[in-house]
Amino acid sequence: MTLTRPQAMAHFDMAIPHAGVSLKQLKEEGKKVVGYYCMYAPQEIAMAAGTIPVALCATKEEPIADGEKTLPRNFCPLIKSSYGFAVTDKCPFFLHSDLIVGETTCDGKKKMFEHMAKFKPLHVMKLPQGYESAQDRAYWLESVKELVNVLEQTFQVQISEQKLNASIKELNDERKLIMELADFMKYDPVPVSGQDMLKVLWARNFVFDRPEFAQQVRDLISELKERVARGEGALAKGAKRIVVTGVPTGLGAEKVLKIIEENGGALVYIENCAGMKQFVNPVDETKPALEAIAEKYLNTHCSCMSPNPRRMELVEQICRDFKADGVVDIVWQGCHTYNVESKILQDYLKEKSGIPFLHIETDYSQGDAEQIRTRVQAFMERMP
Amino acid sequence: MTKVVAGLDLGSTAIKLALYDGGRFGFWRGPAGWDTRNTAVTMLESAAREWQIDPGCIEHVCGTGYGRIGAVGLTRTVTEITCHAKGAAHLYPEVRTVIDIGGQDSKAIRTEENGHVADFIMNDKCAAGTGRFLQVMAHALELDLADMADMQLDSSEAACPINAMCAVFAESEVIGLLNRGKSRNSIVSGLYQSISTRIASMAARIDPTSPIVLTGGVSMHGLLQAQLAKALNAPVIVPENAVYAGAIGAALFAWKDYKIGGF
Repeated sequence: MTLTRPQAMAHFDMAIPHAGVSLKQLKEEGKKVVGYYCMYAPQEIAMAAGTIPVALCATKEEPIADGEKTLPRNFCPLIKSSYGFAVTDKCPFFLHSDLIVGETTCDGKKKMFEHMAKFKPLHVMKLPQGYESAQDRAYWLESVKELVNVLEQTFQVQISEQKLNASIKELNDERKLIMELADFMKYDPVPVSGQDMLKVLWARNFVFDRPEFAQQVRDLISELKERVARGEGALAKGAKRIVVTGVPTGLGAEKVLKIIEENGGALVYIENCAGMKQFVNPVDETKPALEAIAEKYLNTHCSCMSPNPRRMELVEQICRDFKADGVVDIVWQGCHTYNVESKILQDYLKEKSGIPFLHIETDYSQGDAEQIRTRVQAFMERMP
Repeated sequence: MTKVVAGLDLGSTAIKLALYDGGRFGFWRGPAGWDTRNTAVTMLESAAREWQIDPGCIEHVCGTGYGRIGAVGLTRTVTEITCHAKGAAHLYPEVRTVIDIGGQDSKAIRTEENGHVADFIMNDKCAAGTGRFLQVMAHALELDLADMADMQLDSSEAACPINAMCAVFAESEVIGLLNRGKSRNSIVSGLYQSISTRIASMAARIDPTSPIVLTGGVSMHGLLQAQLAKALNAPVIVPENAVYAGAIGAALFAWKDYKIGGF
């Protein structure tokens, strides 16, 4: 059977090209925009403040040279890229942001924000070092409450419990829908490619009309149901099934993902911040709003948390649920936390299941594409 | 008529060819040059003439190495990681870890029965720990790489530590050492020590187990073998024809294709 692409993907192909114009229109209508970089930024609070939360780009190689004018060269490309975009005003989404919300995640980011604060209104949320103790949770709850105050003052609004509950409901529905979509990757053949899945998840950040986005996802889901019934795949039946984990690999920084699929691997799950990470856990609707929001966001299993057992457990669970043949852990050069954690994950998986594991350390350039290709091919050759 | 298959290892620096008829192997090697594609074709033709067969009769040609992408006349490609493991197991069946140091990268491969790959690691975006590193250093020392490979060092003279990991900076360091009057011998020892330490730390990530076999172009450097054994704290075996391990592996995959009757 020939390999095909779902037709509903056409929506998502156009989402990003359209985003700049639609954001500009919203600004002209008087809407306020809150830009954020990280999964830790509670979007519910920005929405309850009547603002539009916008995820900011940091996935292109082009602004890195400008980033390096201020930041060290041997630094994470994501931070250099985001700073380069910001300082040159080349990113329309940064330009249109009335306030940036950052977090003290890794050392690189929190120090970069000190530079950024000099030319842009910026609030940095303070994260604890871990998510397991009551003390850590209490500390973060205070940071979340502080954000509420900052947004109320900046935009002269009242963030009521009612508005928070409404935005929790809206985002929880979206999370449920994305999880439903992700479940289609359990089929063999996969009805949609991993790169297209990434495109859908990435488009989420660039469609400001959330009900419209939800409808497009529902259209895609109906098409995928038909494709599964017909046995129609985006990749061959029996393709090696790969779970990708590690650093964010958004559009523009999807080099390794592309190489995996070009070599016949089916990317069944993208376990990172460009992929599924933000959708996995909903906000508990039975608890007081801020407490529930704080809990959900602190549970994000990022390597900046120490220790980070949730990531190990989740990756292992995903491998079983999606019948994975291998795990590829992608790390940006200069990302110390994911780089060190890679061996912890490798050892954990070795003990639990022995699933083949490949660690790839790279950056946004194409210079090592052939080396990575060789590694990915050899990785698939070793699978039975 | 005897069936002959070929394995072509198209490396960054050298091309290695193995012909195989199910019983015996023949080996050829030459510089990759700027025109890898044609060099490979010419090598295959002259090898076939030596074996007194028509090159057209070699129906199964498996390519490996960086040049496999874009090479002409290949019926199959397999990565050099898989081929070196397979080839090393042919040369030394008990092998459990293969260390291959090539022109532009190095890798450590843990293997199982029949040279099946269990795990592997490759150097990242850096020349340290590769043949290129030695080539740059040989140049700084005004030595021919082949002469450096064959150097017999006086073991009473201590190796001069080379600390720079980057090939470019290591060259500056070597020049500095020469200026300070250090002998060529002690610097060469230091270079082999540096490369061995680098490879041993990389290999530690895959839990190397003995027997350890060294393959690739750099396996011809006798001094490296001893330094690597020290760094790995285990014997390092260099079987005869270790430089052809990748080509042998490729030829064995080509032979498998011939046996199952497909390409």
